[in-house]
Amino acid sequence: MRFLHTIWHTKGLARYLFWTGVVLTLVFVVLALFAHWIAPYDFAERRVDGVRFPASEGPSAEHLLGTNDQSYDILSRLIWGARTALQVVFGAVIMSAVIGVPLGLFSGFVGGWFDRVTVFLMDALYSFPSLLLAIVFSFMLRDVLGGSIVAAALSLTAIYIPQYFRVVRNTTVSARESTYVEAARAIGAPPRTIMGRYLFGNVVQSVPVIGTLNAADALSTLAALGFLGLGIQPTEASEWGYDLSRALDNVAAGDFASAFWPGLAIILFITALTLVGEGLNETLNPTLRRRRLQKVTFGPRPSREEAIR
Amino acid sequence: MSAAGGSLPRYILIRLMLVVPMMWVLLTLVFLLLRVAPGDPVTAAVGDKLDADALEARRAALGLDRPLVVQYLEYLGNVVRLDFGTTISDRRPVLDIIVNQGGATLTLTIGAFLFALAIGIPLGLLAGRFRDTAADAGIRVYGIVAYAAPIFWVGLMLVLLVVKLFPSWPTYDIASSETKYYVPDRTGIILLDAILANDSVSVVDILQHHVLPCFTLGLLLSGVIVRLVRVNVIQTLGDDYVEAARARGIPGGRVLRKHAFRNALVPVITVVGLQFALTLSGAILTEKTFNWPGLGAELVQYVTARDYIAVQGLVTFFALAVVLVSVAVDILNALVDPRVRY
Repeated sequence: MRFLHTIWHTKGLARYLFWTGVVLTLVFVVLALFAHWIAPYDFAERRVDGVRFPASEGPSAEHLLGTNDQSYDILSRLIWGARTALQVVFGAVIMSAVIGVPLGLFSGFVGGWFDRVTVFLMDALYSFPSLLLAIVFSFMLRDVLGGSIVAAALSLTAIYIPQYFRVVRNTTVSARESTYVEAARAIGAPPRTIMGRYLFGNVVQSVPVIGTLNAADALSTLAALGFLGLGIQPTEASEWGYDLSRALDNVAAGDFASAFWPGLAIILFITALTLVGEGLNETLNPTLRRRRLQKVTFGPRPSREEAIR
Repeated sequence: MSAAGGSLPRYILIRLMLVVPMMWVLLTLVFLLLRVAPGDPVTAAVGDKLDADALEARRAALGLDRPLVVQYLEYLGNVVRLDFGTTISDRRPVLDIIVNQGGATLTLTIGAFLFALAIGIPLGLLAGRFRDTAADAGIRVYGIVAYAAPIFWVGLMLVLLVVKLFPSWPTYDIASSETKYYVPDRTGIILLDAILANDSVSVVDILQHHVLPCFTLGLLLSGVIVRLVRVNVIQTLGDDYVEAARARGIPGGRVLRKHAFRNALVPVITVVGLQFALTLSGAILTEKTFNWPGLGAELVQYVTARDYIAVQGLVTFFALAVVLVSVAVDILNALVDPRVRY
């Protein structure tokens, strides 16, 4: 937990922005984990005791944020949406790191033609507009996995692999010739050990920053897919982007609530993750960090005899 | 790169030569993603409309029954000749779609960039100059929120606002139906057509339609520009030459304008170009939000129709555009900034 210490001693706004982000993120995580207790209704529930909810109704005691045009309870869909978002984003970020980090480590360590080809491929993938890539992947996966949460997570995974790959590979290449790796080689450590024990610990430090920022980006891409009608199907889970695409038809008629709340949830969650990521970056990256002045306390002044002695 | 480094023509030549392998890799990627994927294009698009024999005939007509390598080579050959295939679902040449619909996407993105620069640069300079003040905090939050806010949501909120305040202001499509009827189609870019036809009423109508979508997409891009300009200003303000300028007694305002800001803005060109990918993603969403008749809307429609050829053709075109823009940006950057030419 040394980085918490570093964050504490950082000067300026970075610290406050970071903690704001952490608190907000935790709120969403709690909503996601305990959705079945917190949400008043199920995400696909539109009748209680055989009575159908009213459609496009304003806030009331039963429906705190009102209902949308399909008579779903907006608040419940918001809370369940947090769970969907967390599942997809977490899945995508973990999967892309699990593929990208070892690939970068290996590619940077072995070098040669394998490295060159992989770098070229990854650069090509990286230069592709991320939403376009997600669209292509969800298009492909539709036949196999349908519009499920897994399909959405997989569609996003491919976008973020190149980012881990690049950072890890470049760090590995520069660390490969350093003294401690040379020393390890000199005592006869096989490549596996060098990569696993010596290089991994050094290159993995940038992963949390990339991971958090990717999570923020993945969230917006997920919502975008949902908005285009290419994401998670409404029968599978509650998804904010899909709700917004439904709202699109009613917005000209002035239906404010069903468009406003899902969007606000997306913004808050993305902002929270971005603040955490930027906070981490600004405090862990020594070139951006400005330290707070530390309070210096002197001990009691030594007496004259002690000073002479 | 060599002792002769610094020669601009040489740099441009090398950069242009790299275009071919870059395009080749992207094209191969697109082909692999869409063709090696499970599922059959013809069944996916029209499987529910035709019987087995007719499907087989369709497949043979499209050459999908041949070995993958042959299909791959043919695909590359076709792309070189700018033939992006013909859609399965409604039998339109993809090139026609690009020519007819591309103009709307083009004017949308250009307008968006104008808004983005007009908002982003002043805010970024301000935040960088007054680092760690309330103004900086506010602008930074703006930068994050502008980037975090889903562009389609911003669009929806703006529509709600505009509908309330100016009920007659157009909130969707690129032009009113009368304008579309009267303006003759010459260039594929309706704004240009209207100007060429000297039809000022139509020009005003088209520009009015542009404001809302361009502003929405511009807000997204301005978030990126704000953050970039701010960081650049902070870095240049700490540079030795700024310090030196101050030490020579040049007044603070002049140091800011002539020394710090000017250099802080150079990388904006590159980054604006690199945002092309983001712009494209944003344009797809903006087009859906505002019912904009552009390429993004077409792509989404063909994805929904599960038309492999159309999706492959459009994605191929986007990939080529990405490569060309990145090269253009690099060359432009080399012209502006001598340090790039190694």
